[in-house]
Amino acid sequence: MSATAVSLPAGSLHFWQTTVGKKAIMAITGFILFGFIVGHLLGNLQIFLPPEKINHYSATLKSLPALLWGARITLLLAVGLHIWSSFQLWLLQRDARPIKYVKKANLNSTYASRTMLWSGPIILAFLIFHLLHFTFGTVHPGGPFDEHNVYNNVVTGFQVWPVSLFYIVAMIMLCYHLYHGLWSMFQSLGFSHPVYTPWLQRFAKLVAILIAAGNISIPVAVLAGFIKPV
Amino acid sequence: MKLTLHVWRQKNAQDTGGMVRYDVPNVNEHMSFLEMLDVLNESLIEKGQDPIAFDHDCREGICGMCGMMINGKAHGGFPGTTVCQVHMRHFKDGDVIYLEPWRAKAFPVIKDLAVNRASFDRIIAAGGFISVPTGSAPDGNAIPIRKQDADLAMDAAACIGCGACVAACPNAAAALFVGAKISHLGHLPQGKVERDRRALAMVQQMNIEGFANCTNIGECEAACPKDIKLEVIARTNRDYIKAAFTERPDSTSAGAG
Ligand code: FES
Repeated sequence: MSATAVSLPAGSLHFWQTTVGKKAIMAITGFILFGFIVGHLLGNLQIFLPPEKINHYSATLKSLPALLWGARITLLLAVGLHIWSSFQLWLLQRDARPIKYVKKANLNSTYASRTMLWSGPIILAFLIFHLLHFTFGTVHPGGPFDEHNVYNNVVTGFQVWPVSLFYIVAMIMLCYHLYHGLWSMFQSLGFSHPVYTPWLQRFAKLVAILIAAGNISIPVAVLAGFIKPV
Repeated sequence: MKLTLHVWRQKNAQDTGGMVRYDVPNVNEHMSFLEMLDVLNESLIEKGQDPIAFDHDCREGICGMCGMMINGKAHGGFPGTTVCQVHMRHFKDGDVIYLEPWRAKAFPVIKDLAVNRASFDRIIAAGGFISVPTGSAPDGNAIPIRKQDADLAMDAAACIGCGACVAACPNAAAALFVGAKISHLGHLPQGKVERDRRALAMVQQMNIEGFANCTNIGECEAACPKDIKLEVIARTNRDYIKAAFTERPDSTSAGAG
C-alpha cells in the first residue's frame, strides 16, 4: 500500500484557533444559553399566577446553592466563550475585506443573519442592565427592591415605562438573534439536510417568536394594569 | 442602447485606484457582457487610453476565470450564470452599471477588475487532491460507488473556483469553495482515505490565507454560478470537527522495518 500525501501546513492551528472551531464553540455555548432562556421564561411566566407562586419558586432556587451556582458558573462560562469567539471572529471579518464595495447587494440572506453582530452586543447590554435591575437590585427605579418579593420587584420595575420599552426592544433583538442562531448552530456543528434544515429554520423562527412574545407579555401586562403590585 | 459604466480602475497592486465613469453608446442586446467591455476597450485603445483589465478565458461558463461585481452582485446575480454568460438583453437603455473587482484581503487586485486568486490554489495544494500511486490505470468500474454519492460528488465538483462566493460573502469567507472541494472528494472512495487530514489541512490553509469565518448567511449560495449548496459547508464543519478530535501524531516507526 502507498502512504497518503496530505500533510498539515507548517505551524498547525489548534481547534479553537480556526474559524470552524470558533464557530463550533459559538454553537455549543449558544445552545446552552438557549436552554437557559427557555427555562428562565417558563419560570417567569409564573408571574401570571398568584404572587406566592413565583416568590416560592425564587426561594426554592436560592435554597439550592449547588444548583444555583452550578447554573450560574456554567452560564457565565458560556456567555464568556460565546462573546470571546464572536469578538475574535469579528476581528477576522474586519480584516478579511480591507476595501469595501461601492455597491453591494444582498440576494439571499435574512436581516437576522446579517445583524448578529449588532443584536449580540445589544443583548449583552440588556443582560447587564437586567442583572442590576432584578438580580442585584442596584438599579431599580420604580420602588424599593426586596429580594424576598420577586413578584413586586417585577411589577414595580416594569411600571416604569422607559424600562419596559428597553426590555421589549431587547427581546425583539433576542428574537432576531435566536431566529438565526437556532438553526445556524446545527450548520456550524456539521448538520445540514435538504429536507430537515428547512424545517429547522421554520422551527427556529417559531421558537424565537414564542420566546420573545412570552417575555414581552410580562412588561405589557404590567403596563396594561393586568398585573398589580401587592 | 446607451449605458453609463462606473468601473474600478487601478493601475497595479500598489495603486489606490478609484471609480471612473464611461459612457458606452451603441450597445447591442445580443452582445455578451464581456463583448460589451471589449467594445469599450477598443474605443479606449483608439483614444490612446489604457483598456480595462478583466479576467476571462473560455467565455462559456466552465473555466472560472471571469468574475466581477455588477451593481454589487457577483457575476451580475443571475441564477447559475458566470459573467461571461450574461447577455446585454438583461439591461436597458440608460442603465447605470457599477463594476468592481472581487474584494477580499486574500484576493489582492492585480489591475482594474482582475484579482489574484492564488490563495485558492494554495488551499487546493494543502489538501484538495487525492494521493494516487503510480502504475497501470485501475479498471474503471472496479470500485462500486453508490449513485447518490456519485451525484453529490459531481454536484460539488461543478465548482469552477471563480471566487464569487468569497466576493458575495459579507465576511469574505471561502467556506463554500472549500466545502465544494471537501464534498467532491469526500463522497468518493478514493477521497475518503484522506478525508480527516484534508479537512484539517484545507481549513487551516483557508485561515492562514486570511479568509474569515462563515456565518451561515447564504449569500455565497445565491452568487454561485454552479449552484453549490450551503450543505457542503456543513460537511466541512463535520469533517473538520471530527478530525480535530481524532487526529493523532504520525507514527515514528511505521514502515521502518
Ligand atoms: S470565462 Fe470561463 S467561466 Fe467565464
